[in-house]
Amino acid sequence: MSVQLAMPKSWRVDTKPHKFCPGCGHGLVLKALGEAIDELGIQDKAVYGCDIGCSLLSWDFFNIDAIQTHHGRTTPVITGIKRANPEVIGIAYMGDGGGYAIGSQHLVNAAARNEKITLILVNNTQYGMTGGQMAPTTMPGQKTETSPYGRDPEKTGYPTQGPEMVAAITQEGAYVARGTVANPKQMKGFIKKALENQINGRGFSFVEILSTCPTNWRTNAEDTWKFLEKDMTKYFKVGEIKVPESRHEEGK
Amino acid sequence: MPEKPIKGDKRYFMTGNEVVAYAAVMANADIMYGYPITPQNEIMHYWTRMAPKYGKEFLQTEDELSAGFTTVGGVLAGRKAFTATAGPGNTLMQEPISMAEAMRLPIVVAVQQRGGPSTATVIYSQQEVTLTTFGGNGEGFRIVYSTATHQELYDYTIKAFNTAWKYRFPTFILGDGYQAKMRESLTMYDPESRGIELVSPEAYVGMPGTPGIDRPPGQYRNTYNVEEELYEVLQQYQKEYDAIAPEVAEFESLGAEDSDLVVVSHGVVSRAAKEAVMELREAGVKVGYFRPITLRPMPEKQLREVANKAKTLLIAESAIGQLARLVKDSIYGCGAGIIPLFKPGAGITAEEISAKIKSVLG
Ligand SMILES: Cc1ncc(C[n+]2csc(CCOP(=O)(O)OP(=O)(O)O)c2C)c(N)n1
Ligand code: SF4
Ligand SMILES: [Mg+2]
Repeated sequence: MSVQLAMPKSWRVDTKPHKFCPGCGHGLVLKALGEAIDELGIQDKAVYGCDIGCSLLSWDFFNIDAIQTHHGRTTPVITGIKRANPEVIGIAYMGDGGGYAIGSQHLVNAAARNEKITLILVNNTQYGMTGGQMAPTTMPGQKTETSPYGRDPEKTGYPTQGPEMVAAITQEGAYVARGTVANPKQMKGFIKKALENQINGRGFSFVEILSTCPTNWRTNAEDTWKFLEKDMTKYFKVGEIKVPESRHEEGK
Repeated sequence: MPEKPIKGDKRYFMTGNEVVAYAAVMANADIMYGYPITPQNEIMHYWTRMAPKYGKEFLQTEDELSAGFTTVGGVLAGRKAFTATAGPGNTLMQEPISMAEAMRLPIVVAVQQRGGPSTATVIYSQQEVTLTTFGGNGEGFRIVYSTATHQELYDYTIKAFNTAWKYRFPTFILGDGYQAKMRESLTMYDPESRGIELVSPEAYVGMPGTPGIDRPPGQYRNTYNVEEELYEVLQQYQKEYDAIAPEVAEFESLGAEDSDLVVVSHGVVSRAAKEAVMELREAGVKVGYFRPITLRPMPEKQLREVANKAKTLLIAESAIGQLARLVKDSIYGCGAGIIPLFKPGAGITAEEISAKIKSVLG
């Protein structure tokens, strides 16, 4: 008789239940990441970095070496580790504020240098941990603590198109996708491909995940899901944005 | 691949930046991360020239935040990692340095001070003392060596890696633009041939085995849930820092025991101070010289002894009292008074110090 394990093997059982709010998308992303790590058998090689933001709550989430860094600085810390020890599989996990605002220069330059690391960025359209301020990803018209009348694109611009930007500045070999916690199977597939891209030494890999923050959105379950699936996808197209060309030469 | 660029002892005539790069190679540093800024650039230039020959790595980052944080990553991976910076770069680097401080990560940073505030000059100052000793939102759990000669740049760069990895506090070589750019002779050597054991690094992450199965995961944080948790950690750090301070602290002194007036200076200014004091002593004037080599921790015990005997400390520095503040902190309650010779962002000659001594002694 086999028992279906509820948790990925690479999760730390002793630090569960986890610390995210009920209905938070972070837990779903980390479940997909845990499963991808299990399926690829890289628990012994992975080094996980989390940012400051709600992602920091995951510093002891996995049975994986891990480092909690500063707000926006997970990308350079994981870059530094990977450069010093190319044997590891470096995973940088961050929020949209961390990745697209305070740490955007690191994202842009790590992508441009084609660092062989994997970035997973959770887009919940605002700064979760600090109580729901406007982020680069806040939707036009969306009310946050610092856009109480709704984000005005005239004054504060349109939501950052992160994966599209990364796709534009990376060279051949990079992997870029946008998943959503509304489609866990696809999300896991994207994360897995991103990790494989690093394992194969192809190049930078980046996955943005559309995620939920009912606490700061102040939404019930139904509205949370509606915002995620209907509203966010108006600006943020889910799917693979850049996939390395298969190496034709190899087959010849 | 040749193992090392220097075998045995050999005399060289070169710039300070070149010396730091050589010393880092000879200290078995593995990887440098850096962002261009004058006057430290040539540390990177010489490092990148030597790196492939000796199996070393280099990454030019997008800014000093990144240079500091990638250095943190290098250390976490168990490599002897270092960076170099100056001025506004040092300002940016305080954020990663504070993370290293919080997590006791043995990063090594060479600072070649330039003029400030802001972009000021690319040439010289001693105005990064406060930043390097106590920058960041922390308590200054760092070790800072202020060098005066190229020989010391070599000796203390090698030592900095050992100190960092032995005690696990971020460690600095505090030089300046004059030392960085001028040429001077020194003896370079293979530290191991002189019996200096090079402390081996250890990995914090990416060790062999599967975490949770073969070994516990290496997991590190700098965030705490409650005040008491942080308080406990910092109390422990302070205890350890205070315990090692006497063996880490270094100083140089000359006639400081028997003089009413003692000149206190650090770094390159101490060369002028020493020259002035030696000349005056030869002429029969009783004047002393004291120089902290470590600015963090300060050689507090020795400095207090001096300040309890001498009537006056003449503090000479190329800043407005950054060294003086450290000195005052150390000698609180001692008898000596303080007379300043402050020239922010400008060099100080032996003649100037000599003239000042004479005017004080009357
Ligand atoms: C240098 C710095 N500035 C500001 C903060 C405060 N801060 C902590 S978390 C956070 C926002 C996190 O938002 P995001 O990255 O979107 O992650 P989320 O919590 O939404 O998952 C901010 C601004 C900080 N820790 N450090
Ligand atoms: S504040 Fe939002 S992002 Fe943070 S844990 Fe709660 S639901 Fe998740
Ligand atoms: Mg967010």
